[in-house]
Order: sequence, then C-alpha cells, then structure tokens
Amino acid sequence: MSPQLNAVRIGVRRGWHEFVIGLRSPQDQSFYLLMGVGALALMWFNRDEPMDGSTLTLPQVALPSLLAGIVVFSIVIGPAYALALEREDGTLLRSRIAPYGLHGYLVGVATLTLASLLPLLVILLGGSALLFDGAVPNDPGRWGLIGLALLLGILANLPLGFAIGSLVPRIQQVTTWGMLPIIVLAWISGVFGSMTGLWPWVQLLAQGFPMYWLGHLMRYGFLPEAAVVGELYGVWRIGPGIAVLAAWTVVGSALATPLVRRMVRRQSGAAVTQARDQAANQYVR
Amino acid sequence: MRYGQHDVLDGIDLDVHPSEVVVLLGPNGAGKTTTIEILEGFRRPSAGTVEVLGDDPLRAGEAWRARVGVVLQSWRDHARWTPRQLLDHLGAYYAPFATDSRPRPIPTDELHAMVGLDAGAADQRIITLSGGQRRRLDVAVGIIGRPDLLFLDEPTAGFDPHAKREFHELVHRLTDLDGTTVLLTTHDLAEAEKLADRIVILAGGRIVADGSADQLAQRSRSRAEVRWTQDGQRHVHATDDATPFVRDLLAEHPFGVADLEVRRASLEDTYLELVHAHEQGAPVRPPLSLAPEVS
Repeated sequence: MSPQLNAVRIGVRRGWHEFVIGLRSPQDQSFYLLMGVGALALMWFNRDEPMDGSTLTLPQVALPSLLAGIVVFSIVIGPAYALALEREDGTLLRSRIAPYGLHGYLVGVATLTLASLLPLLVILLGGSALLFDGAVPNDPGRWGLIGLALLLGILANLPLGFAIGSLVPRIQQVTTWGMLPIIVLAWISGVFGSMTGLWPWVQLLAQGFPMYWLGHLMRYGFLPEAAVVGELYGVWRIGPGIAVLAAWTVVGSALATPLVRRMVRRQSGAAVTQARDQAANQYVR
Repeated sequence: MRYGQHDVLDGIDLDVHPSEVVVLLGPNGAGKTTTIEILEGFRRPSAGTVEVLGDDPLRAGEAWRARVGVVLQSWRDHARWTPRQLLDHLGAYYAPFATDSRPRPIPTDELHAMVGLDAGAADQRIITLSGGQRRRLDVAVGIIGRPDLLFLDEPTAGFDPHAKREFHELVHRLTDLDGTTVLLTTHDLAEAEKLADRIVILAGGRIVADGSADQLAQRSRSRAEVRWTQDGQRHVHATDDATPFVRDLLAEHPFGVADLEVRRASLEDTYLELVHAHEQGAPVRPPLSLAPEVS
C-alpha cells in the first residue's frame, strides 16, 4: 500500500477513535443532546403553527432548514475548533513528525467531524419522525435526493472550517470568526424562519453562501411540490443550488489548502511552549 | 537566524557524523532550541545552508521524515488516549518505510519495555500519567520509527536519577545497535559528560566550544586545583599539572600537610568560564556562515 493511502486509512481510524472517545464523555454527549433536543423542542412548541399560504405546519418547514443550519454549523465549527485547539496543545505537531502524519491528522479531523454529525442527525430525524406527522418523507427517491444535498453541503462547508481554524490566532477567536458569522448566516438564510420578509440585499447576500442553498435543496427534498410558494421568487432552483455548492467545494478547497500549509509551517516545539506559557499566564491573571 | 533585527543564531558551523552523540549545551536563550528546530525542518533560517541526511530539512519529503525522530516536550495532546493507542496509531505511519535493516515501526510492547513504561501506565489515559511517565512516552514516540537521526530537546527534564540512568542506557543502546545519530540538548552537565561523543557549547547564538568532554575540561584556564591545610591554615593552588606540584609540596613539608585534595578541572568549570566570558562581552570567535551539516 502506498504511504499516502496508508495515511488516509490511519486518519479515518484516528477520527473514529476520537469519536468513540467522545461518545464516552458526558460533556461531548450533552452537546449533541442539547442541540438536537433544543431543535426538536422549538418545533414541538410550534407544532400546530400553520405556515402562511399553505397547509404545511411549522415543524414540516423548519426541519429541513434546521438540518441545513446544524449541518453547516457542525461542519464548520468542528474543524475550526479542532485546528485552533490542537495546534496549541501539540497534537498537530505530534502528527506532523510522522511521515504523512499531517495528512492522517487532517483526514482524522474530517472523519471526526462527519462522525459527530451522526448522533445529531439520528436525534433530529428520528425525533421528528416520531413526534410530527408528515415531517419526514417515506419515499426512498426523496431520501436519495436528501443524501445528495447533505453530501454536497458537507463538501462545500468543510474547507471553510479548516480555513477558519488555520486563520484564527487563538482558540477564543473561533467564537468571533466562526460561531457569530454562522449564526448570522443561519438567520439570514432562513434557518430560523421565512426569509421572504428580509431586505432584498440581505436575501442576495444569503444566496452567496452555501447554507442558504443547502436549506433550499433540503426543503425541496422534504416538502411537497406546493411548498415552493414559501421559497424566494416562488421557484425551486435545483441546478443553481448544486452549482453554488459545487463552486464552494472547489473554491473553498483551493482557499483552505495554502492556509492550512501556512499554519502548519509555523508549528514547532517552541510555538507549542509559547502557547502553554500564555495559557498558564491566563490562569494566573 | 534572526527575529526582526535580533540575530539569535550567528555563525553556527556544525558537522555531525553518523552514529555520533552530540550534546548541545548553553544557557537559556543561547539558541539551542532554535538550532534543533532548524535541523528538524520546523524553522526557516534567515541565511545559510542546512543539510540533514542529505536533504534540506525544509524541502525534504516524507521519506526523510520517516528517518528522523523527534522527542517533543509534550503538553496536553492526546489527553484521552492511552500510550498504547497513541503508539499503535503513530507507529502505523512508519510501516511503509520499513527496510530489511530497519524494520519499522518498533512494536508497541517492545517500545514500552525500551522506555520503561510499565503495563499499568501503558493502558492508562495519558492525562493521568505522571510527569516522568509522560516523558518516557515522548521518548517512545521519538524512537518509534527506528530513526537514523534522533533529536531530543531536554529529554530528561523531570526525570528522577533512576529514570535518567535508564534513559542514558537507552541512548547507548540506540547508537550501538541501530547506529542512530543523536543530537540532544540538556542543562545537565553530568548527563552531557556521560552521553556525548562531542559537546557543543552555545552562548549568545554562537558556538563557543566544540569537543569531547575531556578536551573541553582541558580548555579551562585552571586545569587542576590543589587544596590542603598547613599549620591550621587552608591553602588553595591552581596548577596545570597537579602531580609534580603535590610531589614537591610533600617533599618540602613531609609533616604538617593535611586534608590534601586534588580536584581536576571539570566540564562545569569550562562551561561556566565560557558562558561568563561571553556575558562579559568577550570576543569568542569570528562569525561564520550558518552551515550545520548533519550527515
């Protein structure tokens, strides 16, 4: 086996191992539970709320949008935190010393991020299927479509997480440069409710980002044809949605690669020691 | 090598030969870690040429990485893993680089035995290990790929005397059995004396001395010190050669000389003198080009 392929396999095992460790940690589990259960509760309290101009209820419309928001959030924030944290604590350096260890490390972060999505998806989809009538489709063709949209959405957003994690100077800034933009983006992309009431320029801005398009594709997968009245301009735009997500995948990867390289080049034992000293000083202050 | 306007390394000219153990000594801030990190390929020198195992460390590929071991000062990475899991994981990267003469990686159980991680510690979460056990794990990670060249930055910091002794035996074993070339830094002069084929003393970013422990000890201004008591009074005399001096002393005063003590100049004397001279601003050596060459 080539060393590169070997490293990819090691990386997948590494990510899975970290995921299993996380499953045993109450702290990690409560994160998945809170996010999933919180979204379910939001829908439960509005379960009979009818959507304007249709026979659909709020949970039916909200589920695909929330799924899109949560997928993007996990896919971007997961690697951003991992990179910012693990280059300070020496994890990245440790892997970098082994041949192709950096490749394995990055594959590991991606694997862990994808695996961490599973419990959330199970809670949200399983919970919705049990709690709300007609929220989850029962047609395999639609599930294929939903799977494709999820895959594209993940590929389009993953490089963003790596880019943010490489750019932020300290882990605390992941909140400023990662969390806040994502929450604002979720709001203007219609994750928390209809975006037809937003200013036109905000609507245009949202359409520049993958989150809106993932939500749009997901709603197309989950909702009946007639739900199109709730969409911007009153049409399903499947081709453009796939194109935007594909474009983000390409552009994002091209953008993230040199950023990750630059960040890795700056790592050394001395850099880790410096981070440790800074962290120690923070406790003293 | 410079940071801004400040040269931290200037004129390091260093050749290291296969299966040699070279120890870098120097006060804090002398440039030891910077030198090692340049050689490891983790830092770009501002000028000069560096060649390690026939390649520029910054451009060398992953096959080069497989031949180089680095012992890091770990902090809190992989806190929730066990040493066994981490060593199995990291060792797997080296498997495609195994050769007949150098099977890679070293099996995890063998590694545990080599660095003295007992079975209990090997299956404990890393965060619960003691400082000494963690350093043993760091050393295990450094040698896991059976490296041709091993870098160790203060490997025995936090080791008790017993652990130090075991570590010294391990270094001897690596150089004897596998022909590993070792470059390490330490603040422990006794350790340097015990391990080094060659000692290089850095001060203010320059090499101020380079030689075996014996050669360096002889560089000390006073090579030996003779102390004795005569008529209740303490005497101290520094001399190049203690034997004739003592012979004359005893011949002159067959009785009355007591508490005779001869102390040879040690590596410590040379070290302290050189570092002191540097701090006084004494010119130590004209600057040379930065050309550490490790082959």
